[in-house]
Amino acid sequence: MKARAEALPTQEMLINMGPQHPSTHGVLRVILRTDGEVVVNAKPDVGYLHRALEKIGERVTYAQFMPFTDRLDYLASMNCNAAWAWTVEKLAGIEVPERAEYIRVIVCELNRISSHLIAFGSFTADMGAFTPFLYAIRERERINDLFEEICGNRLTYNYVRIGGVSADLPDGFLEKTREFLDYFEPKIPEYNDLISYNKIFVHRLADVAVISGEQAVAYGLTGPNLRGSGIPFDLRKNEPYSVYPKLDFDVCVGTGERGTVGDCFDRYMVRINEMRESARILRQAIDQIPDGPVMAKVPRVFKPPVGEIYFRAENPRGETGIYLISDGTVNPSRLKIRAPSFVTMNIFEEITKGLMVADVVAVIGSFDIILPEIDR
Amino acid sequence: MEALAISLVHALPVLSGVPLWAMTLLVTVLVAAVVLTFALTYSGLATYVERKVAGDIQARIGPNRVGPVGLLQFLADGIKLLLKEDIIPAKADRFLFILAPYLVFIGSFAAFVVVPFGVGLIASDLNIGVYYVMAVTSLVVVGVMLAGWASNNKWALLGGMRAAAQIVSYEVPVGMALLPAVLIAGSLSLQDITRSQGGLFGIFGWNLFHNPFTFFSFFLYYVAALAETNRTPFDIPEAESELVAGYHVEYTGIRFAFFFLAEYGDMFVVSALATACFLGGWHVPFLSAEALPAVWGNLFSLGVFLGKTLGLVLLMMWVRWTLPRLRVDQLMRMAWKYLVPLTFFNLLGVSLWLLLFHGKGIPQMIASLFG
Amino acid sequence: MESKAIFEAVKARFGDAAIELQEEGFHPPFLVVSSASVREIAFFLRDDPGMRFDSLMCLSGVDYKDRFAVAYHLHSLEVGHKIGVKAYLPRETPALPSVDPVWPAANFQEREAFDLYGIVFEGSRDLRRILLPEDWEGHPLRKDYKYPDFYHGIKV
Repeated sequence: MKARAEALPTQEMLINMGPQHPSTHGVLRVILRTDGEVVVNAKPDVGYLHRALEKIGERVTYAQFMPFTDRLDYLASMNCNAAWAWTVEKLAGIEVPERAEYIRVIVCELNRISSHLIAFGSFTADMGAFTPFLYAIRERERINDLFEEICGNRLTYNYVRIGGVSADLPDGFLEKTREFLDYFEPKIPEYNDLISYNKIFVHRLADVAVISGEQAVAYGLTGPNLRGSGIPFDLRKNEPYSVYPKLDFDVCVGTGERGTVGDCFDRYMVRINEMRESARILRQAIDQIPDGPVMAKVPRVFKPPVGEIYFRAENPRGETGIYLISDGTVNPSRLKIRAPSFVTMNIFEEITKGLMVADVVAVIGSFDIILPEIDR
Repeated sequence: MEALAISLVHALPVLSGVPLWAMTLLVTVLVAAVVLTFALTYSGLATYVERKVAGDIQARIGPNRVGPVGLLQFLADGIKLLLKEDIIPAKADRFLFILAPYLVFIGSFAAFVVVPFGVGLIASDLNIGVYYVMAVTSLVVVGVMLAGWASNNKWALLGGMRAAAQIVSYEVPVGMALLPAVLIAGSLSLQDITRSQGGLFGIFGWNLFHNPFTFFSFFLYYVAALAETNRTPFDIPEAESELVAGYHVEYTGIRFAFFFLAEYGDMFVVSALATACFLGGWHVPFLSAEALPAVWGNLFSLGVFLGKTLGLVLLMMWVRWTLPRLRVDQLMRMAWKYLVPLTFFNLLGVSLWLLLFHGKGIPQMIASLFG
Repeated sequence: MESKAIFEAVKARFGDAAIELQEEGFHPPFLVVSSASVREIAFFLRDDPGMRFDSLMCLSGVDYKDRFAVAYHLHSLEVGHKIGVKAYLPRETPALPSVDPVWPAANFQEREAFDLYGIVFEGSRDLRRILLPEDWEGHPLRKDYKYPDFYHGIKV
């Protein structure tokens, strides 16, 4: 049979999974060369959303850059805001009040839940099950309502400031968050019953695009993608920052429960489990939060000392690193943002060799990339 | 049709001057118009019901603006599609591009002709009923492939190829799963198959309970039919999120509406076949519809038939919004490695049963025990 | 391992290629190395049993006004320590060996440094512009970059 197949002359098809496509999570272009249904080569072409954020960073002041970090990963705005704040504070040696740190952790974990909900919803929608997406949106609406109470915005929050947060939590916010958690935690087993262990869903994802642990580390995968390949590395546990040392939670690792360790299903399950752990962290943070000021004394004309710092935070999509070079003036000298999705796309061409076209969609969804982060 | 024409002339003596062939032609055209109207109205309402069912499952409302509870939504959609610009891609093959939706439409709606709606309500009781339906619905394959090819679009081409492969592969289990009903009735005509499930056993007269093999046949048929109609979990050819609507991506306006309506028409035909062959068709429980006076008999049997068929259609919609999608190779594997052998052995089983038990089903044998 | 100890180990192995250790004001500290030796030092840092820097956290191009630099931030999952490596480059012809064979994670980030600074990474498996269109002229993140007035006839 093999000799026959090689004797038939076939032509490779060059398909453009263009910038406009329902399941590429943004303006991602993938140039597919396929032999029938099997992918021979899939090259990602990014840059459609490049807004020169790093160049802008060199022109504005440190405080003025905060709204730009919102647009870096708009589904996890609070996390990006906080990463920028932590970087600058570490460089300048600013002591942030404890209440502000707790508030930051609360909003970051809420944003992690909402980001994972979108990842879960859009991933299952790509796989053809449209219903879980709407359930995820329904849950996310409640988180959006909470955020609207805090800062007035539903998507790009600009809430965190260098030195603290911009305003204290409104009255009743902590009770409302507790109510949300009581409502949300029983939903996760519901999602697992509905779709996670559905035979068709598992068959689509198990053993697809297996990434081994060493490969994941070498290619710079971080966050749920790295943990899905079996490496139990979580910045909140291994290099804790903020008030994470005081909070107790487990690191979710892919176990190959339905296929091999490091396949698409593992990465998906890590995100589902992380939502559960985030809820746990939130409950502890709500119980432990002290009273006090929410903003440190930061001079109006803020000039951090000369120096260079690299700080990384655990964002829902991976490790967001900021390499900041300060030359003592009000503007940063160099501001490099190490976006997790950008580095994750490195492995894309390698891992899609030999998959089917439908699996390419599964891979993109399981990596949970977002384009504004890739293109900055 | 001729009999109907003759009875019409008897009823209205003023028409006795008209030649018979003209009368027959008129009656045929009227019947065709009625069937087409029903089919199109059903298709339109089915889109509305689908959206309402989807909304219900997804914790939202669905259409509720146009008309009471949004009932007229399908009319609004139809008018909108009619008024849209008709875009034919510059490098597309014009003739094939225009022809493809018509082929799909014909393939789907021509099958309505042999659907047994009631005791005397069938447009044409062909003696090759089942055979005719299988043949005519295969026209859809040609239409889909033409649509994919003529669009001059790689995505459409991929979708068209996948669709062709899928529909053709699943026709084998569909055919073989319908054959047990044919064997029991001894005829390909759908009215005969439906009548053979009669008698005063009520629900137990159904082919579903005739013997274990027909019981399995029903489920195998339903699954294969889901694939025939390109419904999730088998909707790879039009997988929105993967192929951007697949083979009909380049179609706009009313041409797109044809594909859409044909899909719902297909769903009805397939469910109607399942009802007629396995679920007792139009038999009214505990009554003999044939014994009743014509109007009541037809009315009751029509109601029963529509109830059963639309229930199956509703089930298809329910499944669509619940399950994810199978990949192409998994779909093919399921057809050839699982459904084909299963339906084949089912057929053998039914044949053996009929041979051993002289065509009697389990309910009949139990009834004969009690005399 | 302490950054001083890492610097001493690299210096012992590579001699003059390890130029200095930047500690004060640098978090993490930077090993300044000669640009030509970047790849060998990278292999050493990855494979040496005491170092085991298997994760490239970040690779950035930098424009200090008088010269360019490429800054690597490394991390070891096994041992847990972090270090930075920096290689200064002249403004006229910034070029240095690529570390793609060492850490495949470097590829996209090197392409970005090439795209935005014009730093050429020799031996890279794929060095093309990544964020900007293929026919863009100039390297925008340079401090002396002048914005073009028109791109393909469109006013920028």
